[in-house]
Amino acid sequence: MVLDLVPLWTFLLALAVFYYVVFDGFDLGVGMLYGFAPGEEARSTVMNSIAPVWDGNETWLVFGGLGLLAAFPLAFTIIIPAVYFPILIMLLALVFRGVAFEFRFKHAGVRRFWDRAFWVGSAVATFAQGVVLGAFIQGFKAEGRHFTGTSFDWVTPFALLTGIALMFGYGLLGACWLVLKTEGDLQEWARRAARLCLIGVLVAIVAVSIWTPLEHPDIARRWFTWPNIGFLAPVPVITALIAVGEWYALTHRQELTPFLGAVGLFLMSFIGIAISLWPMIVPYHYTLWEAASSSSTQAFLLIGTLFLLPVILMYTAWSYWVFRGKVRGDLGYH
Amino acid sequence: MMLDPVELSRLQWAWVITWHILLPAFTVGLASYIAVLEGLYFFTGREVFFRLSGFWTRIFAVSFGMGVVSGIIMPFQFGTNWSRFTDATADVLSPMMAYEGLMAFFLEASFLGVLLFGRRLVPAWAHFFAALMVAFGTLLSAFWILATNSWMQTPQGYQMVDGRFVPADWFAIVFNPSFPYRLVHNVTGFYITTAFVVMGVGAWLLRRGRAVEDSRMMIRMALDLLIVIVPLQIFFGDQHGLNTLEYQPAKVAAIEGRYDTAAPAPLTLFGIPDDRAGTMRYAVDVPVIGSLILTHSWNGTVKGLKEWPPDQWPPVALPFFAFRIMVGIGLIMLGVAIAGQVLQLRGRLWDSVWFLRLCQLVAPLGFIAVVCGWITTEVGRQPWTVYGLVRTADSVTPSLTSTDVALSLALYVIVYLVMFPTGIAFMAGLVRRGPQQQDSETARVESGRSNRPFEDAVRAGPDS
Repeated sequence: MVLDLVPLWTFLLALAVFYYVVFDGFDLGVGMLYGFAPGEEARSTVMNSIAPVWDGNETWLVFGGLGLLAAFPLAFTIIIPAVYFPILIMLLALVFRGVAFEFRFKHAGVRRFWDRAFWVGSAVATFAQGVVLGAFIQGFKAEGRHFTGTSFDWVTPFALLTGIALMFGYGLLGACWLVLKTEGDLQEWARRAARLCLIGVLVAIVAVSIWTPLEHPDIARRWFTWPNIGFLAPVPVITALIAVGEWYALTHRQELTPFLGAVGLFLMSFIGIAISLWPMIVPYHYTLWEAASSSSTQAFLLIGTLFLLPVILMYTAWSYWVFRGKVRGDLGYH
Repeated sequence: MMLDPVELSRLQWAWVITWHILLPAFTVGLASYIAVLEGLYFFTGREVFFRLSGFWTRIFAVSFGMGVVSGIIMPFQFGTNWSRFTDATADVLSPMMAYEGLMAFFLEASFLGVLLFGRRLVPAWAHFFAALMVAFGTLLSAFWILATNSWMQTPQGYQMVDGRFVPADWFAIVFNPSFPYRLVHNVTGFYITTAFVVMGVGAWLLRRGRAVEDSRMMIRMALDLLIVIVPLQIFFGDQHGLNTLEYQPAKVAAIEGRYDTAAPAPLTLFGIPDDRAGTMRYAVDVPVIGSLILTHSWNGTVKGLKEWPPDQWPPVALPFFAFRIMVGIGLIMLGVAIAGQVLQLRGRLWDSVWFLRLCQLVAPLGFIAVVCGWITTEVGRQPWTVYGLVRTADSVTPSLTSTDVALSLALYVIVYLVMFPTGIAFMAGLVRRGPQQQDSETARVESGRSNRPFEDAVRAGPDS
């Protein structure tokens, strides 16, 4: 009897994706807000708030990608071709944004160019990720083990909606991160930005929650038939409570609570999508078990992962601890 | 004629991997060099090693950062452009690629930060240890990615289940027949590449009379390493070639430009290969030497491509020329290494302006040799992605059109042409600045304990 590693790998992959969404989410959000920050000094504080951590956050994208490839290769080989261009655009935007971070300190002359590359790159990468999410929820055309649609199947109103939704979502995370890391006028500005983004996020959550079951009867049945409706009702109820709490936190003098609230909203949305699609990893075609790699493959990678992952997490926690508190003038770029 | 998605995907792959490989070609050797410098400083306490380590660590940080950024692109290529290959091989190859990523990150996150910003925060031995671990980490990355590549060249340890490769024996998969040879040949090539860059930078500084002690140390260390590893590399290359002859004879036939089987076979120095006619035009041959090199006997048989059906031939021109460039560079390198030692023994190394100029001239040759070696082995593997088992034409993503790939390739070209020249110019700026002439007591600007590798390099950069 071979041990079934699929649940464990599902958990690890979900963890990697959620970690990526929250952590690179806030620094992509900060990147977008950078384009709107009031004044040169504020901009530099905004940038310094993510300087020490952003590239570590981005590496989780590789974990997510390689984890999907290694644990559920069938999902990788169907989904990635289907979102060929969103992935391409996302990667190039991330590259541009990454080098902009480094190069904008070199020459004043080209600084404006790299400044723009930084916030536009952040916005484009976020939008592309939202499109991938939308395409994922809508499902893919597949026959046998291959994607059979075209490279532009992802262009749908729903995917464009989720693209914009994620921009508000990351914007909310980024603004809440700034509330946590800054003081005075800039903090007040971040609170206003966060409230604006929160409204956008809530509109998006409601829109997606109505649109998805209307388009997919199976998902509607899962949520709205008895007794499921009883078991699942807490999901929307808790989401609504968090939303109210988040608004309260952003209109009062809270500093850490808004960020936690934003993470909570992401977590509830994540759970909502998981409930809708479970147990599919290639929506409406293949389950997690059907798409899984051989147990020998999963076991071989698990050994190293169980050793390296905790070390990486501890190191990451330590580096956030080192940079805790408000952004200081003597840290980061000048 | 419109290129099909297979050809365009191959071009795209060649474009992103060629830029990417330049960075590990440099950072693998540089990480080990820094570890040696740190070790020498730890044990001797001489300030010159301290200055050199700081100088090269700043440059290392920039190239490592660019390596990570261009490396994020790579795993996604397997899904976007090569989904059928990925579907067939993922069970075997993906954990090795995942280990490469995990270990690269493990090293970046934990030890590079200490190396860059930790001089004051950790004891001296821990700083040396961090340098060792960074070097070890780059070697582990090379280990896993070359194991992956070697398996595609000489696959074993698998079972076929419904047309897909399923792992049967992980030890056999990782240590497949070409892997030890490829690993040693590549890593030695990376070390040589770095040594020539170090020597070239030393010569440049020395000719301007700057950082004299430091630049002399760079040149001397590089020369002492090269006189050992360049001859070794020629030996390793020969062994790697014999291994290829055993497992991938058609690749060797392409490298040799040999269409017809011959015994004894001549060595073709030059010619214009014509795959369609199956002949080498304007060939310049040296009799018998081909047999001697490949079979180590005077009249051994060397198989020509016509032993195989034409649909199993690799295109001859690229491996044929790339191999000759690589070997030519190897011979130039050997000459430079010997000349340097002779001058050093006669005590005339520092007055020989011509030699210092030569060092500058040959500094980038290692990169060309690495890329040519890579072209030789990868194009020589054609028309297969998994040698003899999966064809390149059957590996590409079925949903892609030529327009799709042409568009993505154009975007990669544009972005890389902005990113890489800017990064290289940035590193050149750090080189121009030279080692800082401060000792360990007064140096070290490490108030902000950032773990951003670029950041201190920028802060210490010329315009800050």
